[in-house]
Amino acid sequence: MDQYTLNLLVVGASFALYIGIAIWARAGSTAEFYAAGQGVPPVMNGMATAADWMSAASFISMAGIIALAPAGGYAQSSFLMGWTGGYVLLALLLAPYLRKFGKFTVPEFVGDRFYSKGARLVAVICLIVISVTYVIGQMRGVGVTFARFLEVSTDMGLYIGASIVFIYAVFGGMKGITYTQVAQYCVLIVAYTIPAIFISLQITGNFLPQLGLLGGYAPTGGDVSFLSKLDQVVVELGFTQYTADTTSMLNMVFFTMSLMIGTAGLPHVIIRFFTVPKVADARWSAGWALVFIALLYTVAPAVGSMARLNITTTFWPNAVEGNALDGEALSLEEINTNPELAWINTWVNTGLLAFEDKNGDGMIQYYNDADPEMQAIAAERGWEGNELTRIDNDMMVLANPEIAKLPGWVIALVAAGGLAAALSTAAGLLLAISSAVSHDLIKGSINPNISEKGELLAARISMGFAILLATWLGLNPPGFAAQVVALAFGLAAATIFPVLMMGIFSKRVNKEGAIVGMLVGLFTTAIYIFLYLGWFFIPGTATLANTPDNWLFGISPASFGTVGAILNFGSAYLVSAVTKAPPREIQELVESIRVPKGAGAATGH
Amino acid sequence: MAEEPQNNNAYWAANVRIILISLAIWATVSFGFGIILRPALSGISVGGADLGFWFAQQGSILVFLVLIFFYAWRMNKLDAEHGVEE
Repeated sequence: MDQYTLNLLVVGASFALYIGIAIWARAGSTAEFYAAGQGVPPVMNGMATAADWMSAASFISMAGIIALAPAGGYAQSSFLMGWTGGYVLLALLLAPYLRKFGKFTVPEFVGDRFYSKGARLVAVICLIVISVTYVIGQMRGVGVTFARFLEVSTDMGLYIGASIVFIYAVFGGMKGITYTQVAQYCVLIVAYTIPAIFISLQITGNFLPQLGLLGGYAPTGGDVSFLSKLDQVVVELGFTQYTADTTSMLNMVFFTMSLMIGTAGLPHVIIRFFTVPKVADARWSAGWALVFIALLYTVAPAVGSMARLNITTTFWPNAVEGNALDGEALSLEEINTNPELAWINTWVNTGLLAFEDKNGDGMIQYYNDADPEMQAIAAERGWEGNELTRIDNDMMVLANPEIAKLPGWVIALVAAGGLAAALSTAAGLLLAISSAVSHDLIKGSINPNISEKGELLAARISMGFAILLATWLGLNPPGFAAQVVALAFGLAAATIFPVLMMGIFSKRVNKEGAIVGMLVGLFTTAIYIFLYLGWFFIPGTATLANTPDNWLFGISPASFGTVGAILNFGSAYLVSAVTKAPPREIQELVESIRVPKGAGAATGH
Repeated sequence: MAEEPQNNNAYWAANVRIILISLAIWATVSFGFGIILRPALSGISVGGADLGFWFAQQGSILVFLVLIFFYAWRMNKLDAEHGVEE
């Protein structure tokens, strides 16, 4: 059976599974549609949260983002700490209390706690901006993964993916999405782990990638540590060493913090904790979610760095035993005739890898041609620039099974895993958007007397529209796909996280404070990002060049969410201090959400 | 009934104390060992890596895990002590 048929079979089987689950888990009430009937066991909710959280970017790109970073792999550790540390904040500061509150959406909490439809509306706007920007990348991820493995166009892939999500999200709501995400988690973690174990065995002799990262370099007997070998090889070729220290400690701290509080403030993650039966379950569930996330996140830096060393030594065969530059580079003849290296041409065909014999010597020299010392060596040896012109970040995960010569079904599994990661995150985001529209806008403002049946229908129609909008945005992505993630995290950090935390931990912060705080966080963060990345991301409209010299105190636009959050907290406390304290019943509401007792009785309304 | 608010206040104060201790550990392993103190700890090695590097790419995640489970366990105990469990 050829690879294409195998991919089709495995991906098709995974889709059949998702649709089967959707039919089994139809939602019959709004409580089931918004919060899966609040009956999801904590371990399962942890798995669903992990799938919800880990997007196509986590699955396909993160290992490469870390391993191939020009500033070195260590400097990218912010992603690892930030995207996991946020769960500590969720478990300690938000999830149990929001579960006790017992309602369906994040804006609903904001509206009730701050006794204001205005505050609820501001929260809805923040939620929609955050979730819509985030969902664009997911829809692209679905299209790209389809295109890569199933030989359809990106647009066609997007249509197929959107139809699948449509089936299980519109009929199943949160209930269908939750159980599908559990299945999707299983698919994606198996697909990620198998190639990781094999590459770790090959490079370090240790089958656990987490230990392999700290182990010895197996091809020379394991006396030299893997990390020092990697550092030595990349430095010899003029790149920054993998373990190099960061150039800006302050920015790294702020960036990590932005990702942490941004994670804790993402509405589609928060609503997952509304689905468990009890307050105690919300606490356990956050722990289980992190267990399942950590299985991938502790493996990612190992996989990325091992794949990078593997590719580098492939192009400099002498680097395995000694110094890369003491031997010759990989020859074109070798690439085209050696069956062990057939994967190089396979991936060149996908556009993720590219080489060009610039000086016509029949060999492919891979080095950093921006490095002055390498330029001197290149001039001496007659090289005319780096000839391995492109190694895409995604290569580090997608190409591993072939490089490690694993059987075809593993490659097919990686395709299904990438699709599972993208689809599960898209579905979670779409639910957050549609519940904000049907529950907060329609039920909360436009037509409060809507019947249960009417609201369920409204929720399904909103979900349908959200999918159409996301598909359209995926087909016509605004030219800023990379920057929008910074915006989503920055805004979640600067708006949702502070307002929720103050709503729980302070009885004094009132509606004026909450509204001013959210608006200050929203505008300062958005303006700071627009200043450097272009107003509304329109290319060429940036006021200042996006370089560290221009940044305020060296804080990058992606790290500004932390500052936005501080400004939000500060202005909310200030305004609250000079205006009237919240009414008695609101202070009692805060008292009641702080105590677990009685959550079981709470219902949706 | 009169003692209920007092009990709830004591429960909340104990909860806030546990949160503050947990967050201190959370910040120490990530921002502390993983970033700010990395140069100072560079002499200590974990396998082939230095301690700060290990905390940044592996260790802090493991500590986060232990922290959440510790918090869930400790709070369940606290809930029972104050009779506020579900």
